Amino acid sequence: MAGRPASTTEMKMEEKNAKQHREDICPGKKDKLDLQTVRAQIAQTKGPEYWRSLEELAGSSEFQEMMHREFPKGASEWLDAVSRRGFLKLMGASLAMAGMTACTKQPMEPIVPYVRQPEEVIPGRPLFFASAFTLGGYASPILVESHLYRPTKIEGNEQHPASLGGTDVFAQASILGMYDPDRSQTIAYLGDVRTWGNFLEAIRGPLNAQKAVQGAGIRILTRTVSSPALSDQLKSVLKLYPQAKWHVYEPVNRDNVLEGAKMAFGQPVETQYKLENADVIVSLDADFLYAGFPGSTRYIRDFAKRRNPDAGNMSRLYVVESTMTSTGAKADHRLPVRASDVAAFAGHLPAAISTNEPVPTLEHPEQQKFTNALVQELRSHRGSSVVIPGDHQPLVVHVLAHEINQALGNVGKTVFYTDPVDANPINQTDSIKDLVADMRAGKVDMLFILGGNPAYDAPADLNFADALKNTNIPMRVHLGLYQDETAELCQWHVNEAHYLEAWGDARAYDGTVSIVQPLIAPLYGGKSAYELIALLAGQTEATGHEIVQGYWQKQHPGADFDMFWRKSLHDGWIDGTTFSPKQFPMKMASYLPFAKNPPNAIEINFRRDPCVYDGCFSNNGWLQELPKPMSKMTWDNPVLIGPAMADRMGLRTEDLVTLELNGKKVTAPIWIQAGHPDNSITVFLGYGRKRAGRAGTGAGFDMYPLRSSATPWFTTGVNLTKAGGTYKLATTQGYQTMDTPEGARPQVRTASIEEYRKEPDFARDEEPPAELTLYKPYPYDKELYVWGMAIDLNACVGCNNCIVACQSENNIPVVGKEQVVIGRHMHWLRVDAYYQGDRDSPKAYFQPVPCQQCENAPCEVVCPVGATVHSTEGLNDMVYNRCVGTRYCSNNCPYKVRRFNFLLFQDWETPQLKMMRNPDVTVRSRGVMEKCTYCIQRITQHRIDSEREDRKIQDGELQTACQQSCPAQAITFGNINDPSSQVSKFKAITRNYSLLADLNTRPRTTYLAEISNPNPELET
Amino acid sequence: MDEQRQPGAPVIEPGYTFGTVTDKISSIVLTRPTSNGWYLGFGVAFLLTMMMLYAVGYLFLRGVGIWGITIPIGWGFAIVNFVWWIGIGHAGTLISAILLLLRQSWRNSINRFAEAMTLFAVSAAGLFPLIHVGRPWLAYWLFPYPNTMNYWPQFRSPLVWDVFAVSTYATISLLFWFIGLVPDLATLRDRSTNRAAQIIYGMLALGWRGSARHWHRYETAYLLLAGLATPLVLSVHTVVSFDFAVAIVPGWHTTIFPPYFVAGAIYSGFAMVLMLAIPIRKFYGLEDFITERHLQNSAKVMLATGLIVAYGYAIEAFMGWYSGNRFDSFLLWNRLHGPYAPWYFSLLACNIFIPQVLWIRKLRTSPVALFLVSGVILVGMWLERFIIVVVSLHRDFLTSSWGMYYPTRWDWMTYIGTIGMFLAAMFLFVRILPMISIFEMRTLLPEAEVKE
Amino acid sequence: MQIFHRSTNTISRATIYGAVFLIAVLLWAVLELQRSPYITYAKVARPQPVPFSHQHHVGGLGIDCRYCHTSVENSSFAGIPPTKTCMNCHSQIWTAAPLLEPVRESFRTGKSLVWTRVNDLPDFVYFDHSIHINKGVGCNTCHGPVDRMPLMFNYASLQMEWCLECHRAPEKNLRPRDQVFNMRYEQPSNDKPVVLDGKLYTDQLSLGTNLVRKYKLRTVTDITSCSTCHR
Repeated sequence: MAGRPASTTEMKMEEKNAKQHREDICPGKKDKLDLQTVRAQIAQTKGPEYWRSLEELAGSSEFQEMMHREFPKGASEWLDAVSRRGFLKLMGASLAMAGMTACTKQPMEPIVPYVRQPEEVIPGRPLFFASAFTLGGYASPILVESHLYRPTKIEGNEQHPASLGGTDVFAQASILGMYDPDRSQTIAYLGDVRTWGNFLEAIRGPLNAQKAVQGAGIRILTRTVSSPALSDQLKSVLKLYPQAKWHVYEPVNRDNVLEGAKMAFGQPVETQYKLENADVIVSLDADFLYAGFPGSTRYIRDFAKRRNPDAGNMSRLYVVESTMTSTGAKADHRLPVRASDVAAFAGHLPAAISTNEPVPTLEHPEQQKFTNALVQELRSHRGSSVVIPGDHQPLVVHVLAHEINQALGNVGKTVFYTDPVDANPINQTDSIKDLVADMRAGKVDMLFILGGNPAYDAPADLNFADALKNTNIPMRVHLGLYQDETAELCQWHVNEAHYLEAWGDARAYDGTVSIVQPLIAPLYGGKSAYELIALLAGQTEATGHEIVQGYWQKQHPGADFDMFWRKSLHDGWIDGTTFSPKQFPMKMASYLPFAKNPPNAIEINFRRDPCVYDGCFSNNGWLQELPKPMSKMTWDNPVLIGPAMADRMGLRTEDLVTLELNGKKVTAPIWIQAGHPDNSITVFLGYGRKRAGRAGTGAGFDMYPLRSSATPWFTTGVNLTKAGGTYKLATTQGYQTMDTPEGARPQVRTASIEEYRKEPDFARDEEPPAELTLYKPYPYDKELYVWGMAIDLNACVGCNNCIVACQSENNIPVVGKEQVVIGRHMHWLRVDAYYQGDRDSPKAYFQPVPCQQCENAPCEVVCPVGATVHSTEGLNDMVYNRCVGTRYCSNNCPYKVRRFNFLLFQDWETPQLKMMRNPDVTVRSRGVMEKCTYCIQRITQHRIDSEREDRKIQDGELQTACQQSCPAQAITFGNINDPSSQVSKFKAITRNYSLLADLNTRPRTTYLAEISNPNPELET
Repeated sequence: MDEQRQPGAPVIEPGYTFGTVTDKISSIVLTRPTSNGWYLGFGVAFLLTMMMLYAVGYLFLRGVGIWGITIPIGWGFAIVNFVWWIGIGHAGTLISAILLLLRQSWRNSINRFAEAMTLFAVSAAGLFPLIHVGRPWLAYWLFPYPNTMNYWPQFRSPLVWDVFAVSTYATISLLFWFIGLVPDLATLRDRSTNRAAQIIYGMLALGWRGSARHWHRYETAYLLLAGLATPLVLSVHTVVSFDFAVAIVPGWHTTIFPPYFVAGAIYSGFAMVLMLAIPIRKFYGLEDFITERHLQNSAKVMLATGLIVAYGYAIEAFMGWYSGNRFDSFLLWNRLHGPYAPWYFSLLACNIFIPQVLWIRKLRTSPVALFLVSGVILVGMWLERFIIVVVSLHRDFLTSSWGMYYPTRWDWMTYIGTIGMFLAAMFLFVRILPMISIFEMRTLLPEAEVKE
Repeated sequence: MQIFHRSTNTISRATIYGAVFLIAVLLWAVLELQRSPYITYAKVARPQPVPFSHQHHVGGLGIDCRYCHTSVENSSFAGIPPTKTCMNCHSQIWTAAPLLEPVRESFRTGKSLVWTRVNDLPDFVYFDHSIHINKGVGCNTCHGPVDRMPLMFNYASLQMEWCLECHRAPEKNLRPRDQVFNMRYEQPSNDKPVVLDGKLYTDQLSLGTNLVRKYKLRTVTDITSCSTCHR
């Protein structure tokens, strides 16, 4: 992509600004001054426009924090912003008076060349580097776009089997995580700034002391580690200090999977699925189509591949689940049951399948029906079916799943067993229990917490924070990206290097090792876990690079190492590290018959949040503002509750309720979630942070206090009472139904596969004839390129990747909760979720809506200044610099895909965020309309390149950001003038239809209707 | 034609001579001491104006986001108020131009301040299109002028038509009003004793000496302008209605808008005229000049236009049902049962049902009743624009992008502020200019008859 | 009693007519100012840390543009030379020249030289050098006779109307690719014809129209679409 000429200068300029900024802010005087302004302003108004400042000034602790912050943005922004806007306004006014044109006198700009320019870099052109993003120990292979060594965009690694070009939301958004100005920027001792040197000294003494006692007092707490290099380091440390202990904990762990495997096979085993071989897929409360489930990116691709009705032989998905997930939304048959009833349900299956005896009678008729049909299906699909248990389901469910898959002979066909990806597969809950026990027993002298935030997310009954605070461990060290709740309770805090700043390695779900290579020198001189562990191992000055490379040198001795290393870096993975499937003898499972829990005891589910995961992303604005797949909720985690239950208890959405569970109370609003089972509620973890940063602090409600080590995922016996009062929730979607009092609106066209076969063009009944216009149509057929997009609703699994990818590619600002409440979110591409039918077990559909790029665009005729006009390739261009902001175009847009900068949403101050921006896309300011452009910057660049090489743009070579990141390949973009292009082929399919076709806007973005593959027996 | 022989009350009570008429009117400006009531009224209006300036200043500083507008409701109070004010303006032009051409002599006593009212209303209206854009300092891009970008406005956009319609309207109204003032300014120049006043009025009077030649020129110019202004009465609000009619939004996209916008405009215009006339004639004892007859005629006009408006609503509703279009029929449902239903019903009450009391002669002639009804109508007409702008936008095509509109403090401050600005201007007008056309009143006197 | 002197009549007439002209003149002045070097910096040399002379290096020594502006053919950005490029020669010649001290210092300390940007487009304009070079737009078509500029200045106004002049009639400016970097290239005339594919051209129009075809330029409507330059 072409960088703007300016971009050479930018990086340097940023640094300058940064310094400038510090000078502005740091002298307490100025700082206080603009803080007063803010507070004064807030005193007199609570206008939504103050959301940033409001959140930062809420409560004195944040106020303090802000005083200490290096860039107290809210404050400084107020002063700068106002003065600048003031200037703008005055300038504008005077110009208007003078009647001059827009171009005012431009200030002289500096331009700063390299001193010695690296060979590979061509100013104005990005470079791409392979790396990997790690979550829960599982690596997602990525390519990182880098403009003059500033990483700006994350993309999937097409060659890597675990990605195939797709990514997940967390990986996509991690780029913002790196530039987050709230990241911890120094090493701190009791809150005061220290240097790495200080830390080395401080740690030397105690370490030597530990040598004497073989490190009996040393405890190391990490998150799940799949990194060969790091685990090797840790093992060597444990050799050095035989008495030391390595504990592992993260709140979203896979203990149940592990225990299940242990019970089934007597050893930890990784289970992989090959969904492209599966005709029947059964999910036992497994949300395997959403980020956070190991391998989801690949699973989505394989699943989507088998859901193409035109290719025939569609797979069928049965989902038995508690809370409504996007996986449930894609199900052909979904059975809502309480999480605690899944085991009971699954219990019926093995016998019924292996011995052809009938299914025992169940109390619920529809459950009975469902089970019968399911059993029939499974029996008739031996070897071509798969049963996937949810990570949070108890071990019995996992054992049962293993049993069933074995019984059906799926192993080796759709199910594969390998060694565990986790380098230290231990029960993490037990592990942290032991740690706390040792802490309380005073056995711990040195505690190293590497990443993670146990003070916030450890099981409530362990009361980790208290243990950390009051067991006076002489040396508590926290390595983390933020000065978070845990850092607060440790004497030493070492600011961690973000994974884009440091060397490392990690295993993908299939065991393949990727080298994590830094894209930029640590912004704040952070250290990686590798470097910290190296300290303990005695290699004081070892750099991450030496450590990782050194380790792999050991694995791959020989002259060609350099070649091997370069190749591994280039490809993004290390050859031959992929786990090969193994046969594990199934032990006769001897689990106890599980107790059925009383039908009307209320059950509470704890789930990882679709946006902030377990809380580690809570300061990531993109993720906070990312609508959750099913509720379209942003910035909050209300209590999800089924319609039936809500009616019974007389609760309405946004009512505050109090949850009481073993003595702990949490008050939070509720959200009525269609399809949520009765007598069950779901809460998402990761909110209610106290020290997350300006985005995360105070957002949502902390549910960890309710979560105990005994029942980490769900438990009955929660007491839910109406607390009185309501709480405003910010959702991005107006209504989640297509039915209006005046008839249903066919926004998402759907049919069953039979119906589709009978009437292939059922979705096209409203398409107007081509000649339905008074004007002479533009001769697009003469054009070289005519761009169009087709979105396959059947493939789309609502994973939200496209939204974040678009946000990252197009410099889309975050607006904050208050603005989302009003309806001013800025996402160029939204994914609408609709529910149909019975509220308690509805059908759900996803529909990604970017700009439809209408050929007869209603927005164009009404713009008074011609700021939105048609290009010769049929694009609906949006010219920001011409826009005066009448918003007429948005009013006249039937799809409401236009977004308006009602206030100065874009952050023009924070230097880090400036570095993050895509230099190929204009940064929009206040008062300007914006919208999806089909990534015009990419189109232009490819056109220029192809013209220079005197050729046409190849189909598939040019991808929009959303298309590129889509793991399901649901979005296809290309030249519809070329009949052989993929997009033309899609548009030729009979189920291709355009949204609101009868308005004759002739959208360039069209949809492939959603075709379900229901089991005939269950249809009636 | 002979006024006396016409039915109904006279347009000027008997017993006046050229001299007394002139005295009575000019004295308000020249001799009478300014009453405390005036100071009070003006003070309040002035403060409201200041409030508006504050709101607008803050708007320029922060952006239109301080208002309640959002996606999908991109237009809110600003456009509602704009249409409302423009509409109010119409009465002035109608009275001065059309009634002049129709030789309706009863207009003579109310045309002057009706025109003034038009002028101030239009300037209040003109404010909104400017401030409602996201980047007001670039609003001049809506005007066609040679620029270094080689780029012109987009002439297919109704907003550009607005620019021309409204600016023309403002210019014509100003000229018309000023020309009409010239003879009276001369009168004031001659009658005023204080030097400063003499000079100021003198300059404004453009050396008027009342010679036959002057009168001839005057008549020609006045008639010409009247001719120019007449089509404007119809065109301006037609163009304004295009802002909506041209769009595809259900509830906007209808052909009936132009006529019923114009009718509505005159409806609200006369309501405003009465709301101003009734207190003024009271305070300045002008009952003899602005007589029952004027009140009655205005009331009749309101009744007529009100019925046209009612017809408009009826047709809208009918077509919503008859078209069978899923969006139009939903729009109707949404107006009747949606979250804004109360607003819609109060609109019907204010614009259709309550005004029907004007059929009763007794109420038609009672200033108090008229005053109240006019107030109700003005509220109703504002509601109409609110329903059109907001209720149509808030639930359009895709259910997923439906939303709600909540006006903010700033919306209200700006709206009420413009009312203050309007009133302040009115107060100044009645204080420093003859609010009733002196020489035109003279033509109503018997002496005038004799002359001819 | 008369308030005004007789002359008032004449004066008022004069002022009324005068006003018309005054306004006209004001408007004209504003439009002129808008296009003036005061706004555009056209032909105004800008302050630089080192008084680098293109005249000397290009005109005098005949160094090719691409020696310093390396990425001009394959990137949107022509590139400004790193200090290293200067030092390639100046580590040998003029090693002691005080004028060059900033360059040497930059090389010593590793701190970049901070130049003032000369041809500076607004940030919402996305200009791409490579494609213009590729389609036969000569350097000096836009940058002017750089080889005669002792101090660098932008030759054109760089305003939109100026860009459009060429985008609306590219044939008026195109030249054979091999002439793009020729600073002394002149448009074909009878005494100075230009050879293209062995054919003589004596007037720009026929040459240009030929090149438009030869270099596959997109149509005028294509290259005047907003998204050509604005994103």
